[in-house]
Amino acid sequence: MESLTLTDIEQKYYSDLFVYCDTDNTKKVASNGRVLDLFRAAQLPSEVVLQITELCGATRLGHFGRSQFYIALKLIAIAQSGLPLRVESLNSVKDLPLPRFVVGKNEAEARHAALYQDTDSQGLYPASATAVIPRPPGRGLQNKKGPPSSTPEPTSPVVSPHQSPPTSPHSWRKHKRQHSGGNADRQPVVAATGAVWTQFREPQAGPVPGEGMWPSHSPPPPGQESWVSFTADTPPSSALPAMHPSSVQESTTIRTVASAATTNEIQRQSSGYDDPWKITDEQRQYYINQFKTIQPDLTGFIPGSAAKEFFTKSKLPILELSHIWELSDFDKDGALTLDEFCAAFHLVVARKNGYDLPEKLPESLMPKLIDLDDSAEVSESTADVGYSGSPVEVTPNKSPSMPSLNQAWPEMNQSNEQWETFSERSSSSQTLTQFDSNIAPADPDTAIVHPVPIRMTPSKIHMQEMELKRTGSGETTSAFPLSQSGTSPEALKVVAPPPPPPRPHPSHSRSSSLDMNRTFAATSAPGQPQPSTIAFPPAVPPRPLPTQAEVAPGGGAVLTTTSPQQIPQQPNFADFSQFQAFAASEQPSSLPEAEKSSEGAGPLRTVKSDGQADERSSATVNSAKGSSGPLAPPPKPVRRRLKSEDELRPEDEQHGPQKSNVIAAVLATQPSIPRSVGKDKKAIQASIRRNKETNTVLARLNSELQQQLKDLLEERISLEVQLEQLRPFSHL
Amino acid sequence: MSAFLHTSLDVVEEKISAVGKSLGDQRELYLGLLYPTEDYKVYGYVTNSKVKFVIVVDSSNTSLRDNEIRSMFRKLHNSFTDVMCNPFHNPGDPIQSKAFDGIVSGMMVQTG
Repeated sequence: MESLTLTDIEQKYYSDLFVYCDTDNTKKVASNGRVLDLFRAAQLPSEVVLQITELCGATRLGHFGRSQFYIALKLIAIAQSGLPLRVESLNSVKDLPLPRFVVGKNEAEARHAALYQDTDSQGLYPASATAVIPRPPGRGLQNKKGPPSSTPEPTSPVVSPHQSPPTSPHSWRKHKRQHSGGNADRQPVVAATGAVWTQFREPQAGPVPGEGMWPSHSPPPPGQESWVSFTADTPPSSALPAMHPSSVQESTTIRTVASAATTNEIQRQSSGYDDPWKITDEQRQYYINQFKTIQPDLTGFIPGSAAKEFFTKSKLPILELSHIWELSDFDKDGALTLDEFCAAFHLVVARKNGYDLPEKLPESLMPKLIDLDDSAEVSESTADVGYSGSPVEVTPNKSPSMPSLNQAWPEMNQSNEQWETFSERSSSSQTLTQFDSNIAPADPDTAIVHPVPIRMTPSKIHMQEMELKRTGSGETTSAFPLSQSGTSPEALKVVAPPPPPPRPHPSHSRSSSLDMNRTFAATSAPGQPQPSTIAFPPAVPPRPLPTQAEVAPGGGAVLTTTSPQQIPQQPNFADFSQFQAFAASEQPSSLPEAEKSSEGAGPLRTVKSDGQADERSSATVNSAKGSSGPLAPPPKPVRRRLKSEDELRPEDEQHGPQKSNVIAAVLATQPSIPRSVGKDKKAIQASIRRNKETNTVLARLNSELQQQLKDLLEERISLEVQLEQLRPFSHL
Repeated sequence: MSAFLHTSLDVVEEKISAVGKSLGDQRELYLGLLYPTEDYKVYGYVTNSKVKFVIVVDSSNTSLRDNEIRSMFRKLHNSFTDVMCNPFHNPGDPIQSKAFDGIVSGMMVQTG
């Protein structure tokens, strides 16, 4: 599918809808049933719906991934505007209104919508909110039946709608938020975009901030009540209205909400959660918005000082804040990613409500890639719809994964500081980034700086990639002989400059590095590079280009965005695209693996560096952890590293340790990778491996060349000495 | 007891000032403060930021080897940096991190 560019509003809307459809709470796939209901609610003829389904690729995939869902939504909007359904129109149509879904089962809903848009309806909502809100058990659907309808309310007709939409909790929150925001400042915003949105939301009805008397729920999620007070306390909340109006409308409205509203929301949210530490969607949204006030980039980090200021406003004792920080700064980098921030915020709220701080981070608060999908989508308005970028958290999402990670850490911690960076790479995004900055300056030619989604490649694919590389390495190496014309100093000078040598090498894969080894070993010193280059006669020069071209359709946004950037900078990416195309072809079969690997890639993070972009991209990459829930991230990175090392070992024993580092470095290049789905990740992982190999090959080549240079200089010196010796004779 | 600590600190200082190497030995195993009556060993460790760690070990525990001490210092250093990362922690304040305390006690228990 072509890339999809969404405005902020659209992004938010679509992400909400996706969550709405995400009945399985997988954060990755919208259940077909819900999606089809939604499409039906769009009031389009069924043929159109079918066409949309096909266009967005859902029929091909068999399910609605996030990108498919977004594309479908956009197509619905297009169809509703009366435009013909074309894939090209996805991005070309500007100012497209949001798709409208009439979920209303009766007129009351329509009226409700009207009221909603009215913003004056705020009064209505509180009342209805009280009645309706059946606590959503977790994020799941919740059929609000019974109580909502039974409770007498002025908006009783509104009640019925509540029952219909199963995703009440989710929609409530959104809905409620808008209502709570329904103050003056919300009106213009709502009118613009909320109108459509609310139409969808209102059936879920206004659970709005009402004086929520929610039926008692199990232990109210911590911080529900205190949330309000915190909101009131924190200046950021007031600063929020100043924030980007379009995308953060809802959040801003929340911010400006009177404390009562938030209380209601909070109480509403508290329903039905057995896990007192679980963060509701609304809370999370709130946290995300707060995060945005400090750090507009949701994939970036909040520095410790900023976080300290922010949390000090909560008026908790410093000791407790310190403890909260310890708990939430999972990767111990001194900065908070979005997930860490949400966890910290949640703990603060809990503490303010009187909950004691746990000794260790509750599982539901562990930085999880999955949980960040929503927030990431909200923040990201990139075309990579399918890639739920979010500030990736490296560390294990689940406790089972913790032991493996902990086991890995002690071993790694044995190494020196340099290596500690590497070892922690598996545990934190920041580590990954730091590693990146360590490596990048050393070798500007590497492709590390370019983020590439990592894909866990099965060895079979790996071998195939190696084959690809082997064949594809010829063209670049063929350039090498030219530079290696002779043993003359002039030729050497031609050879010495960095640019020529690296160029051939980018195409080298691991296999080609093996070949290089062989050729290097086999040839004599002076002419070493030549045989190696000659060894790859079957150059496939055109391949990178076609593959690059192929990349776009196959790899989606990721490749198109990365390869153009990279191509002018480094020839490495020629092969990159090869792999991407290759990976694209492999995608269907390895999609789950890709997801797994992306999840694994997520954890592969190094210490935080200053490179925000890197972190962001790495975060995004990592956030593409995919839906493979059972996969534990920590074993993934460890396994990855081992696997990469294993793969490398047969190729080149010597480079094992180097390559693992290179792999780490390459993995560190996640930054700024545009999100992509499955195949892209695999492709990128493949290219990462390739680049890594290329790096080692280049390093080797460099040493070889240095050696040659020395030899030649010696020869020159000897020749000059001879000349000097002969010169006196010439005078005779 | 505190007198010994201060003495050992003085010795550490002395070692630091004598350092002509790059940043100073990161891991300085100082084994020698052995008082006839007290019978204990003091190990010093200086970080790059001149933070000094001192471990006092009873001499009766002769099973402690050099690497063990080094690993202990490494762990100490790691936990210390974790504590430092906490923005709420003012350098110079006594460390109140429970995690840090846990690690330290674990180490002590482990080495007996």
